Amino acid sequence: MTSTATKSSVLTAEMRAKIEALFPRYPTKQAVTLPALHIVNEALRCVPMDAIPEIAAMLELSPAQVYDTLSFYGFFKHEPGGQVRAWVCRSISCALRGGEEVLDSLAHKLCVKPGETTADGKITLEFGECLGLCDFAPAMLANEKVYKNMSVEQVDEVVALLKSQADQGN
Amino acid sequence: MAEFEPVLTANIHKPDSHTLRVYEQGGGYQAIRKVLGGMSPTDVVELVKASNLRGRGGAGFPCGMKWSFLPKDHPGPIYMCVNADESEPATFNNRILMEQDPHQVIEGIIIGCFATKASTAYIYIRYEYPTAFRRLQAAIDECYAAGLLGKNIQGSQFSLDIYLHRGAAAYICGEETGLIESLEGKRAWPRIKPPFPAIEGAFRKPTVVNNIETMACVPHIVNRGADWFKSMGVPSTGPRDAGSYGPKLYCISGHVEKPGCYEMPMGVTTRELVERYGGGVWKGRKGKASIPGGLSMGIMTEKEWDVPLDFAGPGKVGCLGLGTAAVTIMDETTSMIDFLHNSCRFYAHESCGQCTPCREGTSWAERIVHRIKAGKGRLKDLDILLDIASSIGIIPGTTICGLADGAAWPIKNAIAKFRGEFEDDIKRTNPTGWMVEEAVEALELVGLGTGH
Ligand SMILES: Cc1cc2nc3c(=O)[nH]c(=O)nc-3n(C[C@H](O)[C@H](O)[C@H](O)COP(=O)(O)O)c2cc1C
Ligand code: SF4
Ligand code: FES
Repeated sequence: MTSTATKSSVLTAEMRAKIEALFPRYPTKQAVTLPALHIVNEALRCVPMDAIPEIAAMLELSPAQVYDTLSFYGFFKHEPGGQVRAWVCRSISCALRGGEEVLDSLAHKLCVKPGETTADGKITLEFGECLGLCDFAPAMLANEKVYKNMSVEQVDEVVALLKSQADQGN
Repeated sequence: MAEFEPVLTANIHKPDSHTLRVYEQGGGYQAIRKVLGGMSPTDVVELVKASNLRGRGGAGFPCGMKWSFLPKDHPGPIYMCVNADESEPATFNNRILMEQDPHQVIEGIIIGCFATKASTAYIYIRYEYPTAFRRLQAAIDECYAAGLLGKNIQGSQFSLDIYLHRGAAAYICGEETGLIESLEGKRAWPRIKPPFPAIEGAFRKPTVVNNIETMACVPHIVNRGADWFKSMGVPSTGPRDAGSYGPKLYCISGHVEKPGCYEMPMGVTTRELVERYGGGVWKGRKGKASIPGGLSMGIMTEKEWDVPLDFAGPGKVGCLGLGTAAVTIMDETTSMIDFLHNSCRFYAHESCGQCTPCREGTSWAERIVHRIKAGKGRLKDLDILLDIASSIGIIPGTTICGLADGAAWPIKNAIAKFRGEFEDDIKRTNPTGWMVEEAVEALELVGLGTGH
């Protein structure tokens, strides 16, 4: 291997095209930071550290600026999460109807703590703060699917549904 | 009171209510045609001013007045930021508007941008609203195709682009300057005001920030007039009260039989909400307390449920304000310690960390309440909590934004209104007032500790 060998790029041509397509929407390229992070995150289920300098180069920023923004939001991880990312609400209207017990019970069944991914790589369990679904409390958002009026009794069923969501890729 | 006719939610139960076709069949996009057909931007600002429409996002600032703060004859660009971050615990009315009737929101935004001469609008939408995001994007696409967005809308001189911008699960992005910083691609640290966004906002240009529901009211004011809007609600009670007019989407959740979002004239009471709309307190139980308008507003006791939920009402019983008018009911079995723990944990998690009193105060409050909940509370903890609560926020003047006031109010109200319950619980679970940490510290001091 010669010293001219370059590391392969994390951002694919498709991701780059999607990011560039957003430039005309904003007066600065920096404003595309969050959208760019979402584009990468949607494709890879994380934003690898190596993607940061590449995003920064596209947006004409220092990698530190991109990292500063990224790290402000607990949302972006550096290692891929599960095929399904499930947020169980722990805020007040859900908690009053058993939301915290549902979260604990799911964590127990999946053998993970909130923030962790199941050993089979299928499900990442997260706690969420009010998901704006208080009319369906206790509520959970798993990728784009809403689980309504959950209860501890239904947790086995919910786990099965989450797994099938992962298997079907939605 | 005359029979109330819902307007904001008039469409939402129709099949395909989110499509342009259904919106137009219900009279949609008549208001923008009226505006473009002969009103000037000043006419629209004056009309909205005359209606006394106050912001629905939490602060209740008069909308027309905010618009009139923009510099006159500015060369542009002027931006509109529509606040769809909706993260105040217990609040979900913006979600319903965006999912079920996105065109109503968009028509309001188009009119708002015409009035304020904004050429670009960004809708900052929280990440956890994927359906609302898709419905809004589909509606925007339909508008471009129908000549309702883009260059020279409906053959007029007015051009507008609307873009959606997704958040990343941070409550602070709902604070208007946190939102702007986040939009600009930075961490969402709220800005010191002044300058207010109207003078220097997004990308350092004049910017209007308005809530989704505020925008949804605008087409109806154009169609039906300011007097119609003012025919509903609670009139001003003095020079310091701008009145509470118009229809409002009240959310009700927690311990009721039928949680939901109901449109009513401003000024309904909690009791009416619970009994007429919420199906009563669940399981046949009695009510104990409620949150009047999102967690940040503090709490009301069941005895206070006859106070009207207008902009001035909750303040009369010591709450921070009406906030988002999202009511959460707690039944007689609810522990106020559990409530306060949940509340303190939320603000400690969501403080952006920029101001030391907020960052430290919210996390200390969480730790103290956590300890009380674990049965290791001391009576003096209640005073420590009150001390923290009274020293963080815009009101005591120690922080940049209102998140800290929102963190403080549940603490203040819970301890003021339910002190006996806290004291009894502490005495029962920790009768000697003994605290492990204190004992460890004492041992350290006399050289018998296990630490280094
Ligand atoms: C911590 C914090 C969070 C806020 N979150 C929201 C929000 O999610 N949505 C919103 O419209 N306003 C929110 N606000 C209020 C906004 O700062 C601002 O007043 C509002 O968007 C203005 O719109 P309006 O005048 O139409 O109500 C928040 C304020 C604070 C202090
Ligand atoms: S008050 Fe709290 S949330 Fe607001 S800017 Fe200061 S640290 Fe951030
Ligand atoms: S409190 Fe759980 S969705 Fe609102």
